[in-house]
Order: sequence, then C-alpha cells, then structure tokens
Amino acid sequence: MFRFLFDRDTWQEVFDSFNKNKLRSILTMVGVWWGILLLIGLLGSARGLENSFNRLFGNFATNSVFIWGQTTSKPFKGFQEGRQVRLSLTDAKKVEENVEGIEFLVPRNQNQATVIRNFLSGTAQISGDYPLLDKVQKKKLINGRFLNQADIDEKKKVAVISEDTYKQLFEKDVNPIGEYIQINDINFKVIGMYEVGAINIGSSTEINIPFTTFQQIYNQGDRIGYMMITGKPEYDISQIEQDAKLLLKNLNNIHPDDKRGLASRNLGTDFARVTGFLTGMQFLTIFVGVATLIAGVFAIGNILLITVRERTKEIGVRRALGATPFEIKRQIVVEAVFLTLVAGLFGIISGGWILIWLDSAFGQGDDAVIVNASVSILVVFAALSLLVVLGTLIGLIPAFKATSIKPIEALREE
Amino acid sequence: MLQIKKLHKSYPIGNTSLHVLKGIDLSVEEGEMVAIMGSSGSGKSTLLNIIGMLDEADSGEYILDGLLIKNLTEKKAAVYRNKFLGFIFQSFNLINYKNALENVALPLYYQGLKRKERQELAMFHLEKVGLTNWAHHLPKELSGGQKQRVAIARALAANPKLLLADEPTGALDSTTSHEIMAFIQQLNDEGKTILMVTHEEDIANMCKRIVRLRDGIIIEDKKINQIRAGQHV
Repeated sequence: MFRFLFDRDTWQEVFDSFNKNKLRSILTMVGVWWGILLLIGLLGSARGLENSFNRLFGNFATNSVFIWGQTTSKPFKGFQEGRQVRLSLTDAKKVEENVEGIEFLVPRNQNQATVIRNFLSGTAQISGDYPLLDKVQKKKLINGRFLNQADIDEKKKVAVISEDTYKQLFEKDVNPIGEYIQINDINFKVIGMYEVGAINIGSSTEINIPFTTFQQIYNQGDRIGYMMITGKPEYDISQIEQDAKLLLKNLNNIHPDDKRGLASRNLGTDFARVTGFLTGMQFLTIFVGVATLIAGVFAIGNILLITVRERTKEIGVRRALGATPFEIKRQIVVEAVFLTLVAGLFGIISGGWILIWLDSAFGQGDDAVIVNASVSILVVFAALSLLVVLGTLIGLIPAFKATSIKPIEALREE
Repeated sequence: MLQIKKLHKSYPIGNTSLHVLKGIDLSVEEGEMVAIMGSSGSGKSTLLNIIGMLDEADSGEYILDGLLIKNLTEKKAAVYRNKFLGFIFQSFNLINYKNALENVALPLYYQGLKRKERQELAMFHLEKVGLTNWAHHLPKELSGGQKQRVAIARALAANPKLLLADEPTGALDSTTSHEIMAFIQQLNDEGKTILMVTHEEDIANMCKRIVRLRDGIIIEDKKINQIRAGQHV
C-alpha cells in the first residue's frame, strides 16, 4: 500500500513539479511555515512566562489561605455590631484539630517597629513566628539559620532579618550574624538573613523573631494577628477556607452570614487567576497558530489546483498510458502532504531558533521574564500530524479536479 | 482481434447533438495494418478514441481480443489501456521533464514493475528504435522524428496487442514521416496489429488496408498492396 512512498519515481515527480513552480511553491509554503513558527514561538513563550510565574510563586505554598479578624457587621448572641475580632492561639489549635485537609497551620503576629543599630535606624515589620513558617513560605537563607523550637521554648531574643532590613541597618559587607539590633529598645541577636522573593506578602523589610518572644514584649497574651493555612495537595483549599471560617465564626460569636467579621485571602485563587490567564494565552496561541496553519494549507491547495490545471495534458497522457485515477490522485496528495510537511519542518526549526534566541535574550539570570521557553515534543508531533491530515484533505481537492476531467478531453488540451 | 458492430456516437452541442458515428461495423484481424481515412469531422478520431477506450460509444458493440468493452470504470479502462493498447500521438505527448528512458518506462511504472526491470525493458525498446545514445536526453533536446520514435518505444514498452496511432506523421516532414512509417511497417512485419488515423494518401498507402469514413459512416473498406516506406527513403 505504502510502497509508492519508497519509490524514487514518486519523489522524482514531486521534485519535478516543485521545480517547475519553484517561486510559487516557496511563496505558498511560507504560509504554513509562518503558521507553525507562530505556534511554536508563541506556545514556547507562553510556557516560558508560566515557568517564570511558577518560579516566582515557588517560594510560596500556592494552596494556602490567610485568615484574620476584623470588625463585625452584624449583631449576634448579645454582641453588638462593630466589635473588633481578634483570633487566638486556641482558635488556631481548634481549627487545626477540626478542619479536614490541613497540612500546616501557622499563627503569626505582626507589628511595625523602629529598629536601631549603632547610628543606623529603620522601620521594619516585626513578625512573631514559629519555625513552621519556613515550610509554608520558604526562606532563602543567605547567612545563618531560621528560628527553631529552642528559640520558641526559651523565648530567646534572636532575630532573622530580610536582606532589605540588612541594607537599612548594616554597612556594606558587614557580616550580620551575631550582631545585635535594637527593636523597641530591646537587643536582639541576628541569627540569620534571607533573600526576599519577587512575590512577597507584606513588607520586604521584615524581621522574624520567635512567636513567644513577640507575645511577651508586645504583651499579646493568647492573641494572634492572622493564621496561615496550607492544604494537603488532594484537598480543595477553598473548602478548607470555608470550613475554617465557619468554625472560627462559631468560636468567636460572629453571625454566620457576617461577611466582615473574618477576612481571608486565598493564595490558591490568586494563583489560579494567573495560571488561568496563562492558559487563556495558550489557547489563544493555539487558535491563532492553527488558524494560520489552515490558511497556509489552503494556499498550498490553491497552488496545486493551478499546477493541476497546467498539467491537464500530461495527466491525460498518463491516463492513456494506463495510470488509474487513484494513482493520479495519490501523486497529487503526496505532493500536497510533502509541501506542507517540508514547510512545517522549516517552521518548527525556525520556531526552535526563536525560542533559543528568546532564552538567550530574556531567559538568563534569576529574575528572568521568560524561563526555559520550550514546547513539548508532543505538541510538535501533534502539529506535524495536523499538517499531514490537513495536507491530505486539501490535496484531495486538486486530486479530484485532476481526475474529474476525462482523459480524452485532457489530451485535447493544448 | 477487434470487432465493432453498429457503433453510434453523438456529442451534445448546446441543445442539439452532433451525430458523429452513425453505425460503424468494422473488424480487424491480428497482424493487420489499417489506415482510417477521412476529412476532418468524418468521425475518424472519435472512432480511434472509442477503440482506445478514451471515449465510450452510445450504442453498439465493441469487442477487443474477445473481451466486451462496455461500461468500463475509469480504473478498469486504465488497466485495459495499459495492458492491451499502445498510443502514438500526432504531437508525441512526451512528458517534457522526463528523459527519453523515463518516458518509455512510464507505462511499465503503471504496470507495477520494479524500477530495475522497467529500466531494462525501456532500454531494450529504445534500442529497438535506435535511440540508445539518446536515452538520457530530455524531449526538448530531440528532433521531431526522434521524439516520435521515443513515443513509439513507449507505446511498445508494455507489449500491447494493438497499436493506435493518431496522425503519427502529422507533425513531421516527409523524409522523417517515411522513416517513421518504415519503422511502423517493420513492427507490423513482426506481427503487431496497427490501426492509424491519417488524412495523407501516401501514408495510408503504406498500410495494408484503408477504411474511409465520411459523415460518420464507412464509405469504403479495401485491402491494398502495401507500399514499402523504405522505397522512398
């Protein structure tokens, strides 16, 4: 059946017909080439953007939600509206025990404070944290270590500072580890310094101190600023958010329908919005690419139609010599598929070059906009098979045109 | 070899139709060399096309080598043409981007022969028409007579039962015409049945039988004494 594909004559004829209309064939192949180029180039760039977003979010558990208290907007159980809600460690513990699907729950306390070191001073966000924070919001430590359980247990006056805080308080090239800084006139020993990621919730000039130390110096008692919850991968973070909020409303005597009493921010939905945008972009790319491809393939069909018209007499001679209509059609379809495939392969190669160029121009370094712009081999194969299918379909039009005319009429053609 | 009975053919022209063949009865034996003559519009080319299965009669019977040729599908017609018939055209109809050898090998390609066999057979036939040295030349590099010889070699390549020639010398000067005719006569001597359409008396006289057509009917069908083309050269 496919023996003809390995026959020199089949290809001889494809090349002969190509050579006869070199310029025209090349111009029409440009259409398909451009379509594939767009498809590969745009899909690769979209992937590069997605990778870069993923990297930005990478330090953050994206299936996490923040919950904190605000003022109530509805009276409930004898409480008037307008009451300030403050969540507590007890609340946090209850949520952790009762809500299904929680991987980590991290209570945090935060405050603004003036920080002084020798003659330098600055304002920083002071966070009272548990070591667990490092699991949820990965700290890229440049120096030293993050908080540990001993710091919590002994209410140590130690601090982990962000790079931006370091820049405010230290001269260049001074090793901060072991140095002391003053927060609200209390000395803290610096035990670690970390880099701030490109996406960061809150201030970039942050200082993390043990939760228990924070409790004590700011006289917080049981209260917490907010809790950060990450869900297990198999659970839906929005469901966890709902469950946790309902439980917290119960514990804090907030009306179940009160929309203001508790506030939350779901990173999962934020993240989904960005990835949704990227998915949309990919869809658009595929649409544009495939539409261009189809236009290109139509151009190839068009050129073959003209070629067939010019070769009417030749086709007549061949049929007089015993070529069956099937053999004539097959030859024309092979030509169509060949042209689309060659144009497509050139498109894939030049699309690849564009991605290589994008990578070298925008893909280097830590804050690259496009990371590892690439197209999966599956997409390439899908595009190629789409080309074969489209080429075959479009080739059938001139093929039927070629055999619709009777050999006797074809022979009379001058 | 070939029997035709009460063959009719008409072509629609606008609302009316042109009755081209009005009941042709013709039978050709194996080894004959027949010239079909007539003025233009007499129906001689139509008759040849029907015999060549390039066209189909409206009514009547056509039997080729004991096989009734009727209601052929395009595919069947192509296979029969390939197997039974060799065509020689007035304008040679060589494929211009293929060299002489490839042109001769074309019918063999459609017979499904392997490349090597095709090449050998085609070379054999080119040798027969004396063009071994021109095998790899394109048609545009050949003279008219050489082109027609390539075309004859191509018609012979598939070893057909019947050679059909449509004004084979129509595009050639008289010297070359006689060369070609001498060659066709030689083929006939070797036993090939040949049917040719011509309007040139001297060419017709080189055949063994002349059938004259006028307005779609046979007005004369006679055997003649063949004039050997070699005498003119």
